[in-house]
Amino acid sequence: MSSGARHLYVHLPFCAHRCGYCDFVTVVGRHSQHARYVDALLTELELERNVLAPELETVFLGGGTPTFTEHAELERLLGSLPPATEITVEANPETVTQELARMLRSQGVNRVSLGVQSFRLHLLDVLERVVQPDIVRRAFYHLRDAGFDNISFDLIYGIPGQTASDLDADLADALELGPEHLSCYELEAKPGTRFTHAHGDELERQADAMESYFELVVERLTAAGYRWYETANFCRTSELDLRSRHNLAYWLGRDYLALGVGAVSTFAGRRWRNTPRLAHYLEALGRETTPEREVEPLSHDVRRRERVMLGLRLDEPLVLGELAAVVDESAVSRLELLGLVQSDADGRTLALTPRGRFLGGGVTADLLA
Amino acid sequence: MTQDRIRNFSIIAHIDHGKSTLADRILELTHAVASRDMREQVLDSMDLERERGITIKAQAVRVEWKGHQLNLIDTPGHVDFTYEVSRSLQACEGALLVVDAAQGTQAQTLANAYLAIENNLEIVPVVNKIDLPQADPDAAAVEIADLIGDDPSHVLRISAKTGEGVADVLDAIVERVPTPAGDPDAPARALIFDSSYDQYRGVVAFVRMVDGRFSTREPLRAMALGTRFEAEELGFFAPNRRESGVLEAGEVGYVITGLKDVSRLRVGDTLTSERRPASQPLPGYKDVKPMVFAGLFPTDSDDYPELRDALEKLKLNDGALFYEPETSQALGFGFRCGFLGLLHMEIVRERLEREFDLDLLVTAPNVAYRVKPPNGDWIEVHSPSDMPNEVEEVEEPYIKASIIVPKEHVGAVMELNNDRRGRFDHLEYLSEQRVHLTYELPLAEIVLDYYDQLKSRSKGYASFDYDIIGFRPGKLVRVDVLVGGEPVDALSLIIHRDSAYDRGRALVERLREEIPRQHFDVAIQAAIGARVIARETVKARRKDVLAKCYGGDITRKRKLLERQKAGKKRMKQVGMVEVPQEAFLAVLNLDAQKKS
Repeated sequence: MSSGARHLYVHLPFCAHRCGYCDFVTVVGRHSQHARYVDALLTELELERNVLAPELETVFLGGGTPTFTEHAELERLLGSLPPATEITVEANPETVTQELARMLRSQGVNRVSLGVQSFRLHLLDVLERVVQPDIVRRAFYHLRDAGFDNISFDLIYGIPGQTASDLDADLADALELGPEHLSCYELEAKPGTRFTHAHGDELERQADAMESYFELVVERLTAAGYRWYETANFCRTSELDLRSRHNLAYWLGRDYLALGVGAVSTFAGRRWRNTPRLAHYLEALGRETTPEREVEPLSHDVRRRERVMLGLRLDEPLVLGELAAVVDESAVSRLELLGLVQSDADGRTLALTPRGRFLGGGVTADLLA
Repeated sequence: MTQDRIRNFSIIAHIDHGKSTLADRILELTHAVASRDMREQVLDSMDLERERGITIKAQAVRVEWKGHQLNLIDTPGHVDFTYEVSRSLQACEGALLVVDAAQGTQAQTLANAYLAIENNLEIVPVVNKIDLPQADPDAAAVEIADLIGDDPSHVLRISAKTGEGVADVLDAIVERVPTPAGDPDAPARALIFDSSYDQYRGVVAFVRMVDGRFSTREPLRAMALGTRFEAEELGFFAPNRRESGVLEAGEVGYVITGLKDVSRLRVGDTLTSERRPASQPLPGYKDVKPMVFAGLFPTDSDDYPELRDALEKLKLNDGALFYEPETSQALGFGFRCGFLGLLHMEIVRERLEREFDLDLLVTAPNVAYRVKPPNGDWIEVHSPSDMPNEVEEVEEPYIKASIIVPKEHVGAVMELNNDRRGRFDHLEYLSEQRVHLTYELPLAEIVLDYYDQLKSRSKGYASFDYDIIGFRPGKLVRVDVLVGGEPVDALSLIIHRDSAYDRGRALVERLREEIPRQHFDVAIQAAIGARVIARETVKARRKDVLAKCYGGDITRKRKLLERQKAGKKRMKQVGMVEVPQEAFLAVLNLDAQKKS
């Protein structure tokens, strides 16, 4: 097995406001706890140091809103993390000032993922985002000015009330700024959430119309020269590989260590999730002990299934090898007949066709033996 | 006992007009049974008898009244068993015709009264429930007297509930019902009017000795089927089983045959002695054939062996039940079952579900068809999927429907009958208020929801009975349903050409709602031969993706995918199309069809 995980995720749960649709582990405000939380992260890092490889490929700070963390604490954290080839920080546009951008840059961050979601004011309202469309542009230029040449936008489509032309306009606004990378997600209205309660009926009404939005996103972005390299992710084509190296590690089934409240790690056939309760997390690490964890052993079979499930999200053919054992051959030929799947001449690789990728969930369920 | 001291009779009545209560009261009055034991001793007590491990059901009870032997012969209660009823009546010389003083004559009363008249029975008319506040005994007496051509003053007025007038009924039986007229010295002949099965003793035949006598250990033969056996035990019920060693001319009793297969003795057949056989059987034997067919499938395919065992057991007690294995691509393994009629089907289904705890899917019933392929011989078809593609002629069973309805609903009922390809036969006023209508109708038109429609269009007041009158040619076609170009066997139906379009349309529309969207467009078609008469499309899904998937999501997404996979495994594959079993259920289910 690998000598250590080459990918590190760090979770910063603090936010100014909890958005109705969000299902991440987040904590509103609590400025007084930011320093203690960073201490806890660094303690957990020490406890898990042996899990990490001597040299890291990627570090990713996600949230929550990492850039909502007290800037001094964020700076202290970044200064204490091991170096890596790609270091990404998630940021909400309203938190990005000139000073923050410079600080991130000076601490070795070389990629920022900006939570844009939409440029339409009425849609941002629905999402409960406290941002004005122009603030997105300002944040983007602050980052550019500070020297960031790898910026990603998160966009959401399928927002209640969003028309096809709203989506078109959002894509056009994003393309005008020209980020290196775009992640486009369909809004997931989880049953039982406040958001679904408020907007479920509207989403139901719009379901038919919104069915084409995914195609619209792919069409617009590929036409603008972006590579649709993962189900929901696009990058500019250039001589540099602008794919998110950190996320690729997930999709290729690699091991990774994750620090922080509610964070999920996968390493050496086990997946564990830290307690999602901030107080418990802080308390345990205050005593320099491992926080409560939910551990899931991953059998060889499960890992192979995950690798098929994740690998088929990518545009590059999945090399089957030992994965062939978990793929249903008759399903492959049936789906090839339907033009949803492609395998190479000797059946060593498998890839979804563009139409197959739109139907990736069902097609993958068919393919798995 | 000599024949002049014997009276054999039945009670005929519409359901709930008091047949069982009157039978109870007769047993009580003749001291056959103490009143507190009543409930446990009455004729219809299948559950109790089963619990005691004795499955012999008393189909006839012998009582004594003023020095006479009275045999009360039970008749099955419903239209589907008309033939059995007629055999029971043939075993009697008289019948009590019981009518509810509040409700008057009903269709079933009529049907059974006519049967009794056809069998030359002396009818003793009885108006029951005279104690009810809404009773109108005089009106009911006039109606019933008119019906049988008697004088209203001859009609007995009783309350089986309070016992008032029941002794008069017994006296009237002795006075009015003729004595049996068989020849005690002739070669023995006994009419089988019912049979049942006991797991220890085998088939038990209920017989009316007409001529001669039988003794225990005598070798006997069923004349129509040729079945031979030895009379292991002879006796009667009073109401407990009593072994008598002999059965004499005019008497009613049971014969324990030791036969292990109920289908080897048929109701209506004649038993004779092998020692001195009769040359001619008693008249009237008919080979009853099932007319209504449906597929029975276990909802959970693992229950197939249980269903097979259950049908085997039911068949032991129900010689009219027919079944054979059937395989449907949509529903898996099951049985195509034949029934005498709809009620018979309901009874079988209910017993399978209640007594054998099976969860069943019953497909929409169809009737038996007679089909002549070009240059071929007539064949009988029990399932639409067995209908040949090329047919020269098709015949379907017809019934004569007898309907009694208040006059204000006559129009609505006639309209229903016209919609169902009915041919008007006769209309008659039974009283100022009530009309008796007869129609000839294809049986196929009543098997689905006719009875419900009749009830709803008459605000619940119409009563209905029918008799099968034979096969007649019909303009019938087979409609197939194709999903993604593949015919779905379980959904084929045989239907009159004029209704084919509507039913085909309804079927494909229903299926379109039930079949989930697939990776490709799915055509759902109804077709007669190569001609498509209705079409719907289930549009292909345009997206089906798990939107985002990062480190923390992987387990959850994997589980979602596993659930999706498990869902797909439960689907039935029709060609390339995945169809949930529920879709077939929704379309096939009889109850669901009734609503559409």
